[in-house]
Amino acid sequence: MSAFRALIGRDLKLAFRAGGEALTLVLFFVMVAVIVPFAIGPDRPQLTRLAPGIVWIAAFLSMLLGLDRLFRNDDEDGSLTLLRHAGLPLEAVVAAKVIAHWLMTALPLLLATPVLALLLSMSWAQWGQTVLALLIGTPALVSFGALGAAVTVGLRRGGLIAPVLILPLSIPIMIFGVGMMDPLAGSGATLFLIALSLVVTAFSPFAAALALRVAGE
Amino acid sequence: MNQPLPVSEAFHPQLSVSGLTVRRGERLLFADLQFELRPGGVLLLRGPNGVGKSTLLLALAGIVRPDAGTIAGAERTELHLLNYQSGLKGRLTVSENLKFWQAMNGANGLTVAAALDAVGIGGLGVLEAGYLSSGQLRRLALARLLVSARPIWLLDEPSAALDAEGEALLGRLIDAHRGRGGIAVVATHHDLPLTDQAGVETLILGGAA
Repeated sequence: MSAFRALIGRDLKLAFRAGGEALTLVLFFVMVAVIVPFAIGPDRPQLTRLAPGIVWIAAFLSMLLGLDRLFRNDDEDGSLTLLRHAGLPLEAVVAAKVIAHWLMTALPLLLATPVLALLLSMSWAQWGQTVLALLIGTPALVSFGALGAAVTVGLRRGGLIAPVLILPLSIPIMIFGVGMMDPLAGSGATLFLIALSLVVTAFSPFAAALALRVAGE
Repeated sequence: MNQPLPVSEAFHPQLSVSGLTVRRGERLLFADLQFELRPGGVLLLRGPNGVGKSTLLLALAGIVRPDAGTIAGAERTELHLLNYQSGLKGRLTVSENLKFWQAMNGANGLTVAAALDAVGIGGLGVLEAGYLSSGQLRRLALARLLVSARPIWLLDEPSAALDAEGEALLGRLIDAHRGRGGIAVVATHHDLPLTDQAGVETLILGGAA
């Protein structure tokens, strides 16, 4: 377990020292929300109605942006090869990296949601629902992302291909995520999102590890 | 720097390879390779560039899957691979890098400080690894093998970027490793300054093999 923690700790430390990258994603997230009211006009009821969709689009795009970093650096400096001989199985290595990546890319977005709530004239109840939906949905986004990043780690232009690859897979997250924020919806969308997130998060380390093993050859 | 490495429990590895055939893409690198290493044994891989020395090491390391043949005794967590990619992060300090690999591979070897001393970069622990020269980085990569004791060392051009004193150090480290019963497979173009040449075998890949 200490190896698992050491890997998460190293990734966080590296991200902090590289500086700014997590901030870039947050900035992008907020920027989308800043632009939208200008694009569709200052109609507040309409903004409130569109807010869930806008938040998810912003979150989705900024998560895609950060995806490429998940395995690429470790692949380029050989860490990924050496991690194959670690005390941890490769699946656990992937899981640790996914957790670290979620902490570095999704958590800052969650912290930035009050700004979006303000810009998109959400009610506090709506904001709470947004945070909850993102909290449930983002682990699935990161997990699908890990899959895409692992499959494309050997490709030089993988940064462009991975998002295209995982886009269709991630659409259900978007659908249920937005559905969950609809005040008229029952608990169906929430349960679906939770189920989806749990399944994807549980299985993706195995699939991604398999892809990394093949990429190493 | 010349102090002998502390001898902990001895290793009893046995690495045997038979009928090993490896292809890269369409090209057949080597076929039906056979060798066996006992505790304390060293195998030197020789041959021109591109003949498959590194690939053989990757196959032994379980990274490249062989087309045919078996490799017995090379458990994933029983071996260290040292190749041109060091797995070191420039933004982490020298000790942080080493501590990380110690945590990942098992802390059953030297302490971080002792390992840095052993490879002659004892005073550089707090420096970011990005500031090290390539020779110092290579020494840091060697220190990774010391903090986690593992019986099988797979070394790919370990003396690259090392100065004369570094090469002597490398010889001493491999000697100490063999003294504990460890095995080393070394792809190299240089002769290693090993004290005991008995038990050192050479495998020439390509053409003559």
